[in-house]
Amino acid sequence: MASTIKPRDSKELRQAVEWALNEGTTLDVRGSGAKLTLGKPMVCDQVLDLSGLSGVVDYAPEELVVTLRAGTPLKDVEALLAQRNQMLAFEPPDLGPLLGRSAGEGTLVGAVMGNLAGPRRLSAGAARDHLLGFSGVNGRGESFKSGGKVMKNVTGYDLSKVIAGSWGTLAVLDEVSVKVLPAPDQTRTLLLLGLADEAAVQAMCAAMGSPHEVSGAAHLPGKTALRIEGVAPSVEARLKGLRELLADSGARLEELGTLESRTFWREVRDVAPLKAAANDVVWKVSCPPTEGPAIVARVRAECRAAEAFYDWSGGMIWLALPASADADHILVRSAIGSSGGHATLIRAPEAVRAVVPVFQPQSPALAALSARVKESFDPKGLFNPGRMG
Amino acid sequence: MQMPPLDPAILSRRSEIVAALRAIVPGEGVIDDLDGMRPYECDALSAYRQMPLVVVLPETVDQVSAILRYCQDNKVKVVPRGAGTSLSGGSMPVGDAILLGLGKFNRVLEIDYANRCARVQPGVTNLGITKAVEHEGFYYAPDPSSQIACSIGGNVAENSGGVHCLKYGLTTNNLLGIEMVLMTGEVVRLGGKHLDAGGYDLLGLMTGSEGLLGVVTEVTVRLLRKPATARAVLLGFPTEAGAADCVAAVIASGIIPGGMEMMDKDAVKCAEAYVGAGYPLDAEGLLIVELDGPSIEVDYLVDRVAEIARGRGATTVRVSNDEQERVLFWAGRKAAFPAVGQISPDYMCLDGSVPRGKLVEVLGEMRRMSKQHGLRVVNVFHAGDGNLHPLILFDANNPDELRRCEEFGADILRLCVRVGGVLTGEHGVGIEKRDLMGEQFTEIDLDQQMRVKCAFDPDHLLNPGKVFPKLRRCAELGRLVVTQNKIPFPDIPRF
Repeated sequence: MASTIKPRDSKELRQAVEWALNEGTTLDVRGSGAKLTLGKPMVCDQVLDLSGLSGVVDYAPEELVVTLRAGTPLKDVEALLAQRNQMLAFEPPDLGPLLGRSAGEGTLVGAVMGNLAGPRRLSAGAARDHLLGFSGVNGRGESFKSGGKVMKNVTGYDLSKVIAGSWGTLAVLDEVSVKVLPAPDQTRTLLLLGLADEAAVQAMCAAMGSPHEVSGAAHLPGKTALRIEGVAPSVEARLKGLRELLADSGARLEELGTLESRTFWREVRDVAPLKAAANDVVWKVSCPPTEGPAIVARVRAECRAAEAFYDWSGGMIWLALPASADADHILVRSAIGSSGGHATLIRAPEAVRAVVPVFQPQSPALAALSARVKESFDPKGLFNPGRMG
Repeated sequence: MQMPPLDPAILSRRSEIVAALRAIVPGEGVIDDLDGMRPYECDALSAYRQMPLVVVLPETVDQVSAILRYCQDNKVKVVPRGAGTSLSGGSMPVGDAILLGLGKFNRVLEIDYANRCARVQPGVTNLGITKAVEHEGFYYAPDPSSQIACSIGGNVAENSGGVHCLKYGLTTNNLLGIEMVLMTGEVVRLGGKHLDAGGYDLLGLMTGSEGLLGVVTEVTVRLLRKPATARAVLLGFPTEAGAADCVAAVIASGIIPGGMEMMDKDAVKCAEAYVGAGYPLDAEGLLIVELDGPSIEVDYLVDRVAEIARGRGATTVRVSNDEQERVLFWAGRKAAFPAVGQISPDYMCLDGSVPRGKLVEVLGEMRRMSKQHGLRVVNVFHAGDGNLHPLILFDANNPDELRRCEEFGADILRLCVRVGGVLTGEHGVGIEKRDLMGEQFTEIDLDQQMRVKCAFDPDHLLNPGKVFPKLRRCAELGRLVVTQNKIPFPDIPRF
């Protein structure tokens, strides 16, 4: 088993990478390790543990920005923001339970590295849209920064975007500045009961295209949910508007109040509605919303035991399939077909992840370009080697 | 401001290059006569100009690909251009580079209301997208003030903003996909009608890369449903600090307005004289706060904003009662630049961003610098997101004034960085702020950015002379000397 280095400050962080570079030592870079089993299996010489770099550096609620160290637990950040009625609008999911771990283990930077986002992705964006800037160390052992702490900034390349979703393969982060937003006063949910997938996605798209500012649209078997958030009088009026809009959908309409809604959407966020057996493999598929039902139907035609639910108005599918040696990756990816989109293998045993492309395969030109981008940050391939395939 | 010296070897090969381009783009798509090239000699940063080597206006992606491949093979530089409305010189031509105009890519290819997106060619104007979908109640959110003229391809290159960014984001938050051509001629698609990338988010990296990484040939944008209502509140304060406090208090109370603009007393005076919007001339700081959304919500929030403003000492509180009045409130703000043009032969518009809490300090300091440089400054800005637009008044025909104006501008931007802000909030670095990049970034920061550039364009052929103050060759940037086993293990906890 690889030994662990745990830097206590920025200087030690840089020294650790500098040392690794000189030794030719590859690094398994992790915050809490909550998403270790996500990605291609890695063989690293050393673990670089960022949990020693923890804490909030600066939080100014009226600036809508929080700056924190890379190892800060996500739940600490959320608790801090809640004290001032603010939130991380991208609703980072807690994938712990899905991945067979406890809830509440992850770090905010871990969510950023996976560019994760919950139901509000539709209206508020993903982690990529909220990372304002960062400092960190590249694979040359140099401390560098990009972006800033202000809302609006186009100075230099927006490296925050390519860092978000890089699964720790480009740079080791030290500090991040993240945009925060006011938390809504009220959260209510309109439930449409009894709709099949096609009709449900049609209803969700109609709701998203309405002026009623829907901030979550998910479809579970037999239950389609639309979230409305905001100040009380507005929430009432918009719920009424949605009811009128969807009166002819053929569904039975029900409502959830604020408390029930919060629980419901947290479960959707954390993929709890997937009742998958412990050894089922789990895929996340991103697609154009209206294509969702056809993709699921194509998978089910070949694999009747497939279980699915939809978030993002149909544009994200959580898919559980019975265990198999290849996680049915050809089936899943050919089901996406030409409509555009991508599938990520979120949960599967190590032996399966070792032989299956966990992330969506790319065209040769795009794959070569991505490899050159990786090299521009980490020329010796020190950080999380092979995690993204 | 200096542009790189022209390469005599390229200049001497001009006729050969023109002939090669004509073989790719037939007919009038290649312009090499001086009169024909004149309209392209500058962009909206018109104090700086240079004639391009030759202008080429392709019509197909294959042509763009062939042009770039030819340029890569022959080491010819290329400046991509949309509508040429850049305020930072991002599309300013270079004498030894081809100017690649995308103006003929002007079609809306597909509108998909169910998936709330539109697929368009890069030469379609920003407003053109909204015009194509507004009959169905939709619009494209980012609204730079040049939106009637600027192209969506240029918006991608510059990550353009506008008045409504705080609530609706910049271009980067409203894009779903692009098709782009690399210098090798390879055509790559990033994103599409779905969300997020399956690998590295190169779409996010391309957005705001100022034409230095690739040429965009198709854009998929997200469409939004037009808000049901919008109302504006006009707030006058006896001090600038009062206005700035009000901005912070509105946001701290949990309200994110669609737009929140501030004007200083001189800007108010100019605008009022120009359009007669009914602005209070006694106000030291004027705010226009726009709330949009469902009408019941807007009514509720308008009252709360008015209440907060009164609590912060507002002497004028006026709420628009109908669409006509809302438009009138905005008329002065929207006409502020031309209004300033009435009182000065020329003005330079800056674009720093600062933390909102530093607004008052920055305004005061700017006034002090105004005296020092002997030039007037007028302030109009996006207060909600701390994006300043100081306008420095000068006369371009007076070389000393242009020089002082450049120095004053540089001092203001240094000030923005010093208080924790950045050089540019939405206009881009271009040539205008290129030499100030070292104020915000270390050499290591800039080298890392240049290495990313090398991943896309190893010979630095795309949009030369922009963004980076000092170019380093990619081979030199890529060099990494590792002396193995020379560094002892540092004193870091290890287990």
